[in-house]
Amino acid sequence: MSTSANGSAAAGTEALSASRPTEVNRLERVVIRFAGDSGDGMQLTGDRFTSEAAAFGNDLATLPNFPAEIRAPQGTIPGVSSFQVHFADYDILTPGDRPDVLVAMNPAALKANIADVPKGGTIIVNTDEFGKRNLAKVDYESNPLEDDSLSAFEVHEVAMSTLTQGALADTGLGKKDAERCKNMFALGLLSWMYHRPTEGTEAFLREKFAKKPDVAEANVLAFRAGWYYGETTEAFGTTFEIAPAKLPSGTYRQITGNTALAYGIVAAGQQSKLPVLLGTYPITPASDVLHELSKHKNFGITTFQAEDEIAGIGAALGAAYGGALGVTSTSGPGIALKAETIGLGVMTELPLVVIDVQRGGPSTGLPTKTEQADLLQAYFGRNGECPVPIVAPSTPADCFDIALEATRIALAYRTPVLLLSDGAVANGSEPWLIPDVSTLPDLSVEFATEPNAPDGSGEHWPYQRDPETLAREWALPGTAGLQHRIGGLEKAEGKGNISYDPDNHDKMVRLRQAKVDGIEVPDLEVDDPNGNARVLVLGWGSTYGPIGAAARRVRAKGMPIAQAHLRHLNPLPANLGEVLTSYDHVVVPEMNLGQLSMLLRAKYLTDIQSYNKVAGLPFKAEELEGVFTDIIREVTAV
Amino acid sequence: MTATDLGLPSMGGLDLVPTTDEPQKAKEYKSDQEVRWCPGCGDYIVLNTIQSFLPTLGLKRENIVFISGIGCSSRFPYYMNTYGMHSIHGRAPSIATGLATTRPDLSVWVVTGDGDALSIGGNHLIHALRRNVNLKILLFNNRIYGLTKGQYSPTSEPGKVTKSTPMGSVDTPFNPVSLALGAEATFVGRALDSDKKGLTEVLGAAAEHRGSAVVEIYQNCPIFNDGAFDMLKDKDEAAQRIIPLTPGEPIRFGPEGEFGVTTTGYGGLDVGKVADIGEDNLVVHDPSISDTAYGFALSRLGDQHLSHIPTGIFRQVQRETYDDQARAQVQQAQDAKPGDLQALLTGKDTWTVE
Ligand code: SF4
Repeated sequence: MSTSANGSAAAGTEALSASRPTEVNRLERVVIRFAGDSGDGMQLTGDRFTSEAAAFGNDLATLPNFPAEIRAPQGTIPGVSSFQVHFADYDILTPGDRPDVLVAMNPAALKANIADVPKGGTIIVNTDEFGKRNLAKVDYESNPLEDDSLSAFEVHEVAMSTLTQGALADTGLGKKDAERCKNMFALGLLSWMYHRPTEGTEAFLREKFAKKPDVAEANVLAFRAGWYYGETTEAFGTTFEIAPAKLPSGTYRQITGNTALAYGIVAAGQQSKLPVLLGTYPITPASDVLHELSKHKNFGITTFQAEDEIAGIGAALGAAYGGALGVTSTSGPGIALKAETIGLGVMTELPLVVIDVQRGGPSTGLPTKTEQADLLQAYFGRNGECPVPIVAPSTPADCFDIALEATRIALAYRTPVLLLSDGAVANGSEPWLIPDVSTLPDLSVEFATEPNAPDGSGEHWPYQRDPETLAREWALPGTAGLQHRIGGLEKAEGKGNISYDPDNHDKMVRLRQAKVDGIEVPDLEVDDPNGNARVLVLGWGSTYGPIGAAARRVRAKGMPIAQAHLRHLNPLPANLGEVLTSYDHVVVPEMNLGQLSMLLRAKYLTDIQSYNKVAGLPFKAEELEGVFTDIIREVTAV
Repeated sequence: MTATDLGLPSMGGLDLVPTTDEPQKAKEYKSDQEVRWCPGCGDYIVLNTIQSFLPTLGLKRENIVFISGIGCSSRFPYYMNTYGMHSIHGRAPSIATGLATTRPDLSVWVVTGDGDALSIGGNHLIHALRRNVNLKILLFNNRIYGLTKGQYSPTSEPGKVTKSTPMGSVDTPFNPVSLALGAEATFVGRALDSDKKGLTEVLGAAAEHRGSAVVEIYQNCPIFNDGAFDMLKDKDEAAQRIIPLTPGEPIRFGPEGEFGVTTTGYGGLDVGKVADIGEDNLVVHDPSISDTAYGFALSRLGDQHLSHIPTGIFRQVQRETYDDQARAQVQQAQDAKPGDLQALLTGKDTWTVE
């Protein structure tokens, strides 16, 4: 297999090439974490390194981790921002549990991350930041670079600030500005260490700072200085090679979950041939969906930044009433505010896509951290019997497909659909096999054109249903002869006038439930390679990666385990009950206190072992490996 | 970023709404639903006025949409043989914003009340007004909560004794016209439920206005706040209190037109006897003055006890609408570079695995 990079190489960019003979170590995978102050540009550094890995053809997964504060006090633990990238020559599932290499730009970054680095791991520090004041800020009594607290690690001390300033001495850039390029120095050094292509980063920097060519050149110089530092000094004896991954053939790009989700909405608009209105209010970690969609007005997309969460969904519902694809995006706190309008969407039976990029809760909770504790809110967080279909993406790239799936259900069944993403998939990234648009599903809809009253009166009955899907007709304002009124009050079956009739209400409640229950969703597929597993691990949402990675490790130890992952949470796949009962033991890991487990126990009256952690961070594969191993041992011992 | 010059101010509120040559009758605007307001409710007269007014616009009936929130007046859409949505409490302006933004071919009307618009939905109202979405907002102000059976509202006068304020309300009320002007509304009018002619005139101007138009309608609730506006309905009392606003005319009122409005020393307005003020010193009404201070000063002439109540159009100015501009941006983007989905998904940095 071979790979070719189509990175947009700008003029004047040439590949840096290594000449100094170093020992080249071939690795299958490596996890690198860049950590520094939130002002140090660690997200950008990590992102660029990821792009280089992607351009090289590695499989990869990333995990950004940043503070909720925009600029927490400099040099403090709360101000530490990090970006972890895992890349490999095979298909990987997670951003990695522990970094093999930690790049620490200051003492706070070291202190905040050192516990995650395994013994023997590599630490590259910017020694310039290890002065008395910075050490004191994070309560280091002695300099960890001087005492023996880091003796278990391979530490590389690099005066990154000084070296960067030196490299930029002739550029005329002020000292402070020059020093700010040290993240590119770090990137250059790591790029050399891992034999990464460099043209993409240089082209990227020139494009990013196109309006400030001197800044662009300074960054390129700093990047090269880092690269040459590795190349010329003898501080680094070994470099590493991670061969391109053997992924299925096709053209790939790197994509984050939020971008994939936004693209999914663009595609949904195109495939349904409907204009799209996103009504939304900025909220972490969902705002990037708004940012991305606001760039794509040329696809007939209107983005409405409303005065609040409620108005965001209100506008989306109003647009849906008029025949557009109405979408709203938010996080858990916003879902709480939108609940009433979701209820109105259920009552008026209009299509609506409601995106919840979950974060740590309750209340404001942990805005920048991940969690999947909105499942029960999605299921039940409204007054009355108010069923909505729920879907959840498993990986960053899956956000694209899940947006199309949510739209399919919303349009076909005329219902709000909740799409539960979370911070981990939203901000994480991975290679994406770019779909051929001709293979995307056709989501086109038919609007009502003729009065439909079954009594031949020539009237239009807004609550007349399709016998198969139970969806009501979508009759748009502007269609002659179909004038009708809808609203939040209970409607008479068929005719749709206000009705307080007890039997009618009972019937309508059941009809709305039956409509959601009857939504066609694919059967759950179980990955049980030898068919001899007695333990099934079932997950949903962003835990797909760590669960899959842990299952691989368990299998590698010769222990069979079956894995299945839910993308449809309401309705659940028709074969789920059967799947659950065909294993001796079912374990459900969730980043909540057992919400899916509770639903499964209630619905299937079956025993489920719930494994929970609500730490604001994704599960580690290593942790789940331990959990699964123990369970399998217990089950087989019986 | 620079705003696109759309040359829109010359457009009327209904310019993109299809019309019909067929004469229409009020009857055609009545739905088959039995009207269920209390006997004598002011809502009946407003409903009738609107049903007789709409045919004069000559629009296709199917291109008219009424969207309401919650409250007695919010039942309105059910009684109109147009499209309609009876939504949730306070949210009608936001739903209408989404509809108006995506459907320029519709004439979108919001029906709301003092509680719906000014209490639970206050935020949506002010933001719809500042955005100047092409919506006509009919604010039925009965100064009480009717549907929940008689609690004070954000327009109830201080000291009002209601079910929830047995010792009298200690809230300072809103003046809806002042509030709308403070929220940058481009069209603000006021009329009495019983004044069919005055209401029809304001509605006509509101319909033709491109942008948000708020019409405050004083509406009597005979059940929970009966007679709230009686002093404006008694012929003699009304003459003393109602100040009819006629563009281009000096503002005067009173049985013999003996009272008038003049400017005060510090930019405000006051009422006085024309004999004292002098004919030449009367303010000539001009709703097109861009400074909201003028309309605001007019709105402050009356106090909570309705001593002086201007009716008619306080303000009518032209400003680009949110929905026109949002659509123009989409159009501009499409003209510049039509969307190519495959190109978008592919992006700039790709690699190929063979
Ligand atoms: S309570 Fe008052 S406002 Fe409501 S319908 Fe009855 S009279 Fe009209």
